[in-house]
Amino acid sequence: MTLLEEKHKLATRWFHWINFPILSLMIFSGMLIYWSNDVYTIGVGSLTVFHFFPDWFYDATHIDHKLAYGMALHFLFAWIFALNGIAYFIYTVVSGEWRELAPQAKSFSEALQVMKHDLGLKVPMPPQGRYNAAQRITYSAIVVMGFFSLLTGLAIYKPAQLNWLTALLGGYEWARFEHFWLTMGYVGFFGIHIAQVIRAGWSNFRSMVCGYDLVEMEKNHAE
Amino acid sequence: MPNDPHAEIARRSRRSFIVLGGGAAAGLAGLWAVNRAPADADLPPALRTVLGFNEKVVRNTLYSNDHLVKEYPASAIGKIKVNADYGLDDDIEDADWRLQVTPYGAAEASAKLTIDEVRALPRHEEIIDFKCVEGWSTVTQFAGARLSEFTAKYAPGSEKAACVAMTTPDGEYYVGLDTPSALHPQTLLAYEMNGAPLEAGHGAPLRLVIPVKYGIKNIKRIGTIAYTDTRPKDYWAERGYDWYAGL
Repeated sequence: MTLLEEKHKLATRWFHWINFPILSLMIFSGMLIYWSNDVYTIGVGSLTVFHFFPDWFYDATHIDHKLAYGMALHFLFAWIFALNGIAYFIYTVVSGEWRELAPQAKSFSEALQVMKHDLGLKVPMPPQGRYNAAQRITYSAIVVMGFFSLLTGLAIYKPAQLNWLTALLGGYEWARFEHFWLTMGYVGFFGIHIAQVIRAGWSNFRSMVCGYDLVEMEKNHAE
Repeated sequence: MPNDPHAEIARRSRRSFIVLGGGAAAGLAGLWAVNRAPADADLPPALRTVLGFNEKVVRNTLYSNDHLVKEYPASAIGKIKVNADYGLDDDIEDADWRLQVTPYGAAEASAKLTIDEVRALPRHEEIIDFKCVEGWSTVTQFAGARLSEFTAKYAPGSEKAACVAMTTPDGEYYVGLDTPSALHPQTLLAYEMNGAPLEAGHGAPLRLVIPVKYGIKNIKRIGTIAYTDTRPKDYWAERGYDWYAGL
């Protein structure tokens, strides 16, 4: 028989759906800021493979010459991003939800299996709780990354008043570099996350909105 | 069957998607409100309010004149660029240059100082990371008089003012500073840079070096200093930037 199963708690869903647009706005306003000193590249020695960002990207997005506006936006939404993230962290710890989320000792070897399975190789999916091993690792890592975005951001925002924090993160320029690459990490996460959500299908997506999904149970178990 | 799971999830799903849609609409309305501005505004008023709020938070919780910016060894000094020349159009000779000082409460300038009168104050030297609002920074050596010691000597009692205003001699560039930052021990009226007399492009004969602020506040070729309670106008604050611009 078909039963209703709770997949995601109400609080988790609220944190998630607040974070998504806010983080998007943080990335957008961050790029308005980054444009005025767009120094980061991928390359070997003097050979630049990719420059963040190429002219065609600026031409297509029109994010140029908006530094002041970008800073003002960034320092507004940073509040919501930080408060939502801190509230989520406290909730996850206090509610015990972290047990479903934190990577376990076996998660790292299992995650490889999950990846192979997801890539279509004939590897069975390891048995799992709410989150599989790869999800445990990435969803925990993204929380840690968020925390470091906050720290590196503060280190760039107030390097004089928080000089100890800036020093701890390697100095002003390193903190900016770290802040940038954490953001690129979110962009990478977002791409994979969306692909996985599409692959998992409608009922999985619906469960992130309404919290529930339908599961088939054997009759004698359920009755 | 009282609780058909298919009907139940349809009900829950409908309700949740309505809430999500409502939230999205509220979010878009909020974004619209944040961006609402008169056509000639340099920054939407709501964002200006947030910058003011952030300034209050920082000044009440983080800021202290005991917090010094990091100082570097001479080997770390880089080559700082001339990023802007607002207010530096006219050619002036050091001998013709005067610094007009308007103390707190005075209606007009009480003193017109020569560069030698500034140099007469104790000389302080610092090698700091000069930070541009654009995101780059360059380690640079500066030497000059502490603005706090300058104030004590040439505008005594002006420490009580809430703000300090500075302009170039032609009035083309101007900054407003909060007094605590202006009296920070690393805030200098500098006449030397990287071991040489300050160059014209970097603000000769006298510029402000205030390492607890972005470069936009480090006004070159100072012509006037006034101590006031009303928040002075600020060139880049009029162009969308944070008036406080503190680091």
